[in-house]
Amino acid sequence: MSRARRALGAVLAGVRTANPAFPAPPALATPTLAAATLATPVLAAAVLATALFATAVAPTAPAGAAVARTSLPAIESQVMCVTCKIPLIVAESAQADRERAYIQGLVEQGDSEAQVKRALVEQYGPRVLALPATHGFELAAYLVPIVVAALAVAMLALLLPRWRRRARAQALVAGGAAAPLSPADAARLEADRARFD
Amino acid sequence: MKRSLVPIVASLAGAAVVALLIFGVTHSAVSRTLDEAVQQGRRPPAPQATTLLPLLDGNGHSSLAAYRGKVVVLNFWASWCPPCRAEAPQLQRLQRQLQPLNATVLGVTYLDNAPDSLKFVRQYGLTYPNLRDADGEYGRAAYGTDQLPESFVIDRRGDIAKISRGEVTPEFLQLALKLARSS
Repeated sequence: MSRARRALGAVLAGVRTANPAFPAPPALATPTLAAATLATPVLAAAVLATALFATAVAPTAPAGAAVARTSLPAIESQVMCVTCKIPLIVAESAQADRERAYIQGLVEQGDSEAQVKRALVEQYGPRVLALPATHGFELAAYLVPIVVAALAVAMLALLLPRWRRRARAQALVAGGAAAPLSPADAARLEADRARFD
Repeated sequence: MKRSLVPIVASLAGAAVVALLIFGVTHSAVSRTLDEAVQQGRRPPAPQATTLLPLLDGNGHSSLAAYRGKVVVLNFWASWCPPCRAEAPQLQRLQRQLQPLNATVLGVTYLDNAPDSLKFVRQYGLTYPNLRDADGEYGRAAYGTDQLPESFVIDRRGDIAKISRGEVTPEFLQLALKLARSS
């Protein structure tokens, strides 16, 4: 098993651990050389893309789970300073300070992370959230990179063997069309052949 | 995939990236067409006059169009903006002068949370109506707002007569009064 394959296996194992809903397909669990040439990278990319997408759109806590209290630093890293357009956690401005004070007030009254975020969206609009929404047009922020990566992998998987075949054929043609031997070389070649016959 | 498809797909992908960049650039820059028009002596119509915004006190929605027929001093402000604090008493004084002249100041809070805005209103005893532009899109898209405070004098026909980007000056306030008295 190559180092690259072991690395891919480790990544997929991590994805499987994080997402039990996406078990590895049998082909990946016991890879064969034939499957490894084309199917494995494409399949791996598809599994990775699906798993990442599922992680992105999955709710953060199962329904009915106990609602944990949150903190200002936990929220700060997930929301934006709406005037400076940078994450609140690194923002230094009068508006950022007011936003922090507003969050702190909600935290102190015992609101959960989801409740704080909802209140922030109500006060500042959806752009206050650092991560795009998982519905509507903003879903494209998650889908487009996955689709582009999958297309790139698929194109490479299709084109690389073709390019290699073409390069090999060109090398053969170039070898066949080599320059004719000089009379001296031809004579030496003939002498050698006669000696070995 | 046929060989001829590769350059087509690559070109389409390139065009999509360029289109995305153009979209991003054009949507991140604010427009100054209103300022240019006013500087040239024209009075452009106040944009998005019928757009409904929530009232700051939470009692429903209203729009600029609801004040058609009045001279309106449209003022974008936020409680976290120091120049807004400095001009608030001046605007309240102006409101007292405008009210008998069938004119009003109309505040619009910009990227400010409602509890802070309401506290500001109470602190400065503001009696003029205030709307909320929670995500800043109304001010930004319609009026090119990007530096608070910003004020616009709008005549009785709903056209913009004067623009102030930054704290209001005595001349700006006088012009608003003059317009209210003369029309």
